[in-house]
Amino acid sequence: MPRLLTGNRVETGDVIWWTGDGWSLHLKDAIAVDDSGEALIAQFSPQERINDLALIDADPSDAGWRPRTTRERVRAVGPSVRPDFALPSIPVESI
Amino acid sequence: MYRYDEFDQAIVDARVAEFRDQVARRLNNEISEEAFKPLRLMNGIYLQLHAYMLRVAIPYGTLDSRQLHMLAHIARRYDRGYGHFTTRQNIQYNWMKLEEMPDLLADLASVEMHAFQTSGNCIRNISSDQFAAAAADEIADPRPYAELLRQWSTLHPEFSFLPRKFKIAVTGSTIDRAAIQLHDIGLELVHGAEGEIGLKVLVGGGMGRTPLLAHVIREFLPVADYLSYMEAILRVYNRHGRRDNIYKARIKILVNDLGPAEFARQVEEEWAALKPLGLDPPPSELARIAAHFQPPVLDADAPVEIDLSNPEFANWVAVNTHPHKVPGHAIVTISLKAPGEIPGDASADQMDLIADLAKAHAQDEIRVTHAQNLVLPHVRRDALFTIWQALKGAGLATANLDRASDIISCPGLDYCTLANARSIPIAQKLAVRLAPQEADLGELKIKISGCINGCGHHHAGHIGILGVDRKGEENYQLLLGGSGAEDASLAKILGPGFDENGIVTAVEKVIGRYQSLRSGPGERFLDTYRRVGAEPFKEAVYG
Repeated sequence: MPRLLTGNRVETGDVIWWTGDGWSLHLKDAIAVDDSGEALIAQFSPQERINDLALIDADPSDAGWRPRTTRERVRAVGPSVRPDFALPSIPVESI
Repeated sequence: MYRYDEFDQAIVDARVAEFRDQVARRLNNEISEEAFKPLRLMNGIYLQLHAYMLRVAIPYGTLDSRQLHMLAHIARRYDRGYGHFTTRQNIQYNWMKLEEMPDLLADLASVEMHAFQTSGNCIRNISSDQFAAAAADEIADPRPYAELLRQWSTLHPEFSFLPRKFKIAVTGSTIDRAAIQLHDIGLELVHGAEGEIGLKVLVGGGMGRTPLLAHVIREFLPVADYLSYMEAILRVYNRHGRRDNIYKARIKILVNDLGPAEFARQVEEEWAALKPLGLDPPPSELARIAAHFQPPVLDADAPVEIDLSNPEFANWVAVNTHPHKVPGHAIVTISLKAPGEIPGDASADQMDLIADLAKAHAQDEIRVTHAQNLVLPHVRRDALFTIWQALKGAGLATANLDRASDIISCPGLDYCTLANARSIPIAQKLAVRLAPQEADLGELKIKISGCINGCGHHHAGHIGILGVDRKGEENYQLLLGGSGAEDASLAKILGPGFDENGIVTAVEKVIGRYQSLRSGPGERFLDTYRRVGAEPFKEAVYG
């Protein structure tokens, strides 16, 4: 299963996704890191710029990545109860 | 209400300056996240699912209009225009930026507020009765005693690293609006044999993973000695609390393991050694604090009879106001639970409006309730219509206090990293579905938590709902029969869990069975449940 690398930016707490050459606020920009995930965490952790680095499971779909767990889908989109704040990652109603 | 003296203000200002330096060093990578995390938590800053969250302490749930305006300003300036009032009488902001936090805390300090001890294994915000100094059933205002506890516990060096977090509630009434039986320490003001005021002391209550009701370890404690007695309780807990196991580290486990009698004996022994050391403040200090809580001068000749010809207004008065101890006045509860809205959330504009109403009509006081509503404690009845009209225009005039749509809900998986399931959408669906019949149902307290930690007080719900994780998907357990009031009891799980739609249907079935079983319109759901037991409800839900 594809794995994505995510974390929270220290300054703002924003949820961010590894794009291969940087970080994005948008899940759609994420790349599957698969077997290189642990090495990336080992690379970024000592830099202390991203909190709570983690690898999450996601499925590809026509609309982009769909994280496997409800928790990660909520985390990618925003609170399901505030669609006005939703990020354009997956439809809020499909959380 | 209490105003900071130079010591209070100096402590808060010094902490802001200290944290400003700590944040700067973290942002410059001079300290690691591992080192910084406990420092930010000591200032109420968590990293949640989407951003940093700040929890601001509201001591015993009391605010003035200046402070509520500041909370509105913080919502606008630093958040996304709203805040969330919690079951600990605090407020949380969900979209904080670490880099802005020092300025925010300085703004808070300017109105005598802070976020100390809203996290960590320390004595948390002291909670109390939202009707303090207004309720006719009160022996005395509990807040001077809560304030002295606040001062005693603030940055207390011996109790800053307890085995686990520690929550104290104080009430001045036998009508328990502060859930004292579900706190680590619950204090109730009582009269002694000579009519003097003292405190009944309860220890070892709590919800969460191991819900337990508190035990009375002292029926009467003279108020002159209560601080040293609190110190003795904390010392026994600090000495013997289970630091080896986070799930067994709360004082309730210690009290349960030792037995209440043995725990009380150890406290008395400790107290005997502590009391002569002079830890208790002189009576003049409690008097100094109490002077800040002098009851407002209200006009006892204010008219009791008011025009109730508007049926919507009359219903709101009947449901959301309580008698005040001074004739011609009322206690107003402002519901933050309009069906379909997020329980406990208030926009900056709503906070500003309520602050303005408090200033104009309620002796400049606002209270936060543990049920996530707000209260104007001292209102002339002839001002109620004006207040109701203003609230109605802001979506704040829902007449549902203690009814089916007045649901307590934690933030759940929509915001919280600890949660296993979303709480708010369940509360929203239930509120919308139940609101049309809630007048017929009478008092019905539904409480929803998104994880076993129980911030939504599900164990104290007449109907409780607990969200759990089942292989990455949300599942909801149904509990019945709890109460956080003076008739406290712990709700019990009815049977297997449900998905999001299933739990709503299950609650409706429970309510349908209650309507068919109740002895009459005056019998509450809780009373029917206690009379008939769980079986009829189990049959209604599971067949």
